[in-house]
Amino acid sequence: MNVIGAGVGPLFQSPDPDGNRALFASKNRALADKRMMAFEAVANFVPDGCFLAAGGFGTNRIPTEILHEILRARRRNLTFLGHTSTHDFEILCAGDCLSRVDAAYIVGLEARGLSPVARRVMQSGKVEVCEWSNHALSVRLRAAADGLPFGLARSMLGTDTFHRSAAKVIECPFSGQKLAALPACSPDVAAIHVHEADAFGNARIRGITTADIELARAAKRVIVTAERIIETDRFRDRPEATSIPFYLVDAVVHSPCGSYPGNMPYEYSSDEDHLAAWLKAERDPEVFEAFLERHIYGVSSFREYLELCGGEARLRELRAEESLSDTGAERHGGFWGDPEGRRGWT
Amino acid sequence: MDMTDYNSMEMMICAAARLLEDGKIAAMGTGAPCAAAMLAQKTHAPNLTLFFEAGGIAPLLPSMPISVGDSRTFHKAVMASSMSEMMSTASRGLIDYAFLGGAQIDRYGNLNSTVIGDHARPKVRFPGSGGANDFASYCWRTIIITVHDRGRFVETVDFITSPGYLDGPGAREATGLPPGSGPYKIVTDLAVMGFNKKTKEMQIESLHPGVGVQAVRENTQFELPAATDLEETPAPSPEELRILREEVDPRRMIIGR
Repeated sequence: MNVIGAGVGPLFQSPDPDGNRALFASKNRALADKRMMAFEAVANFVPDGCFLAAGGFGTNRIPTEILHEILRARRRNLTFLGHTSTHDFEILCAGDCLSRVDAAYIVGLEARGLSPVARRVMQSGKVEVCEWSNHALSVRLRAAADGLPFGLARSMLGTDTFHRSAAKVIECPFSGQKLAALPACSPDVAAIHVHEADAFGNARIRGITTADIELARAAKRVIVTAERIIETDRFRDRPEATSIPFYLVDAVVHSPCGSYPGNMPYEYSSDEDHLAAWLKAERDPEVFEAFLERHIYGVSSFREYLELCGGEARLRELRAEESLSDTGAERHGGFWGDPEGRRGWT
Repeated sequence: MDMTDYNSMEMMICAAARLLEDGKIAAMGTGAPCAAAMLAQKTHAPNLTLFFEAGGIAPLLPSMPISVGDSRTFHKAVMASSMSEMMSTASRGLIDYAFLGGAQIDRYGNLNSTVIGDHARPKVRFPGSGGANDFASYCWRTIIITVHDRGRFVETVDFITSPGYLDGPGAREATGLPPGSGPYKIVTDLAVMGFNKKTKEMQIESLHPGVGVQAVRENTQFELPAATDLEETPAPSPEELRILREEVDPRRMIIGR
């Protein structure tokens, strides 16, 4: 197969699948109870310098609780997979956690505008960036999920997005067409927020899955955070609804309202006022430092953050906004979404 | 509400909506493109299917999404799928229209949404491709909606994030992009531009009411010819404005006050 062109961007990890096979060979496949607190999941699976990916889509079904714990743990030198990352990227920039990013979409918050803190970080030159497109990153995850060293796409070609990527142009051995060869991407750890999980890590996503089906299979370690912890029998009742099977998962965190201030489909709407408060505070570094101290570093848990942001009253409004009714909470068996009435935090 | 007076955003949205044929598939962004598609659905194109990049297929939009992945983008949808479902569908040639924007555009419709200045240490960092490069590569007709000024319509873009006709006729095909795809129209607050079939260079096709060729050229860095059959864009009709203001964007998030 002829290689007829190459991007000059940095390749942050080897795409060789045999390293992953060796790792997966030693991965515990037993039906073990993997429940833990968010800070424990970060302590165990998100070391300094690791390659991190967040599931969801920027402000939709994102693992906010894990991201906050990463800041509280003062993690540094992370590589991040920026696959339409918006508020997730903003949080990690705020914590000065990043040194490298595989970027398809960073810095912006879609229709809400650009994040001043993410721009400051990315314009400082201290974070190394490799460009990709959203399809390219999906293909890279798919390749890793398939246990292959690379995948193919017909986009990126002819552009600076290609030039600043680590992709190559190859000639198809069958048709002779030019194709973008995209190196497999296996993040060291993926944090994925879901609607429901059991203690072993079986997980369900409702609504769009963005790239999380691929991500859960591509990543070396997976932290699942879930609105609700449910019994395994409920997965067995409806196995076609399972998005992520237990043997992919290393940690299960009960994280009610864990995507806040993002949107969680069928559960609660995004808190646009709070997202706007972030953007406003970011304009002035001193104001933003106090904002971060108040909302992240100065609290001991995500629950405290939720309380600061209006607590149950505000979340009830966001649930009503999402479902166009005020019955959502009751339907899920209690406001904090735990049918057994247990609280997932201490 | 005055239905004869309208603003430039309303003109852009109406002009863009009219480009969308019924029975086709359009990939959507938030903001003006989404307003244009919703307006098209409520006027001449009731069977226009909307795709949202994060996985929403043919939603019945209850209101304007703020993210291309928020819950509205798959409200009462026929399918809640994934990003790779969207992109592979586009790669197979099933998506007719894509709407894009950008910080800079050149005569060949190449778009920059990545950086101004040096890539490693940019003067301004923008989001990057997202799905824009993919849609611009795969969709049959890419429509660009943007404000028209000299800072945007530039001789040379600092970075080609998403491909237009690259450096001219045959360049897309030579680099391996699917044949027959590419930029179709550029809708601005001043005019609608298309591309010369032979040279693949941008040309003015219709001027919005009250706008002259000179005004468009003053706001464009590169030489911008007018098509031989240059027209005037029809002003928004009272019916278009009513639907846009009352049904599509009642909170005036996009069209403003």
